[in-house]
Amino acid sequence: MIQGASDRPGAWWKDLTFWMLAPATLFILLVFVYPFVDGLILSFNPMNGGYFANYENFFSDPRLWQTIGTTMKLALPATLINVGVAIPVAYRLRNKSPYQKLATTIITIPLTLGTVLIAQGMLSYFGPNGWFSQLVQWLNIWDGPVRLTHNYWGVLISLVISGFPFVFLLILSYITGIDPVLSRAAATLGANPFRQFRHIVFPLLLPGLAMSFALSFVQAFSVFPSAILLGAPSGPTRVISIAAYEAAFENYDYSLASAIAMIMGIVQLVVVALVLGFRRLSYRGPVTGGKG
Amino acid sequence: MSTLSFSARMGKALPAKLVGRAWNATIVGLMTFFLINIGLIVASVATSSFGKRWFNTWLPDGYTTHWYFDAWKEFQLSSVMIVTIQIVLAVVILAIALGVPAAYALARRDFRGKNLLMGLFLLPLMIPPITYGIPLATVMYRLDLAGTLTGVIIANLLPALPFVILVMTPFIEQIDTNLESAARVFGASNLQLFRHVLVPLLLPGMLAATLLVVVRTISMFELTFLTAGPSTQTLVVSLYYAVFAAGVRAQQSIDAMAIVYMVVTVTWLLIAMRFVSPTQLVSQVREQPQGN
Repeated sequence: MIQGASDRPGAWWKDLTFWMLAPATLFILLVFVYPFVDGLILSFNPMNGGYFANYENFFSDPRLWQTIGTTMKLALPATLINVGVAIPVAYRLRNKSPYQKLATTIITIPLTLGTVLIAQGMLSYFGPNGWFSQLVQWLNIWDGPVRLTHNYWGVLISLVISGFPFVFLLILSYITGIDPVLSRAAATLGANPFRQFRHIVFPLLLPGLAMSFALSFVQAFSVFPSAILLGAPSGPTRVISIAAYEAAFENYDYSLASAIAMIMGIVQLVVVALVLGFRRLSYRGPVTGGKG
Repeated sequence: MSTLSFSARMGKALPAKLVGRAWNATIVGLMTFFLINIGLIVASVATSSFGKRWFNTWLPDGYTTHWYFDAWKEFQLSSVMIVTIQIVLAVVILAIALGVPAAYALARRDFRGKNLLMGLFLLPLMIPPITYGIPLATVMYRLDLAGTLTGVIIANLLPALPFVILVMTPFIEQIDTNLESAARVFGASNLQLFRHVLVPLLLPGMLAATLLVVVRTISMFELTFLTAGPSTQTLVVSLYYAVFAAGVRAQQSIDAMAIVYMVVTVTWLLIAMRFVSPTQLVSQVREQPQGN
């Protein structure tokens, strides 16, 4: 172990641990914490009006406060779909195999492609002249052009495409952390895979699920490029991040933009706190078996 | 096993098996549908980028590669590529240089406020970039850092540094401290210990962290978008502007650019996947296994 002075009495500036941590900590304080604090203060110093003018403005202007609902309407269904589908898929792929590695790598690709590329691809694939629309008409499933871009559905689909791999990988990492011996013990007692999941895996997975849900929701709630490129950014998909962006970089009202960013952060925090608070009601303990 | 339970199991076995099969088929079917659509989205962009003229038919009239040359010139991809490489390189080097020592201290030392510090490092990974990006960009505009290469590097380092710390801390924890103690017994100084024992041991972890940071930085849209100027755009940001201004340029050259971006990210993803598990891409937010 690299020796620092903390084993011996001495001044803090002789302590190697301190110097190892200092640069990273200083960076986070300067680039992350400081702008946040600065933004918070700035949000209470509006361009005109009293301290709370930005917040009063936000909650009285329907073009602003309605963005919370608009974003919720996208983020909640997207998160529910992603978590709901990811659980059985991750459960199915929980055992280590070459198949698991291949499947997870393929599922990961949309995650690395990023929202911008997915948006461009969806514009061409789901567009009125795209393959999807052509196929649907060729099969006579739907009359007329299929409109899945430049509206609510385009953004929702893109949130599923980019969000699902994220949730899947998170849940997979939680599921593989559960000792398979526990399921096998249940199996010897006659539990079928469904009952093994219901009574053994699911309760152990709940804390991880809560965390995955919270992280996935926060990601979906901050949807930005796809809401502009695939949605109707002036209407049905005017999400809160668009409002903040417009305030800052189109109207140069950094104070209002900071206030919107703070409100966005607070909404995310409230949902995360609710989900994680709910998680506290569930089992907390080891997910591994006994010694063995 | 008693006769009764045996016959009971035989009676139930068939429907349960059928339900299980149907359930499996549903999951596999759903995933296949998802992945086929992703594949078709990519294929549709690729086809369009090689197509001469493509309107309302299954396939383009003819094929050509000239959109790639067009895109390379029109979007000044050479300079965009150089900027991207510069940013990714700087971010990787700085994230490793600042992150590895911090991870080492967190893995090996106990000190007051360690959990608080861990929480501080976790926050930039849990909070979505757009939420802290707006206050950060506001501060950067005030300091005239926005639009500069330095500014973009700092912004991208913000999620990369905690990510390195989170990947490296568990990695360092599992390295046997005896190896370091043994070197100490033979009289190694801090520097020798670092050079001859720690660096070789840490190399695999650093490689994994590096690759993951490369993949994440190339596809990091929001922070670069908020802080970059016209001459400091990375590939993904200039792709966004191209898609955003669709109609100004030929659709096919935007598609060609999207394919260039995709080839770059997927190449790095596949390299990374040789060394790390896909779940690490999402970040190591899972708690340490308890109870052992």
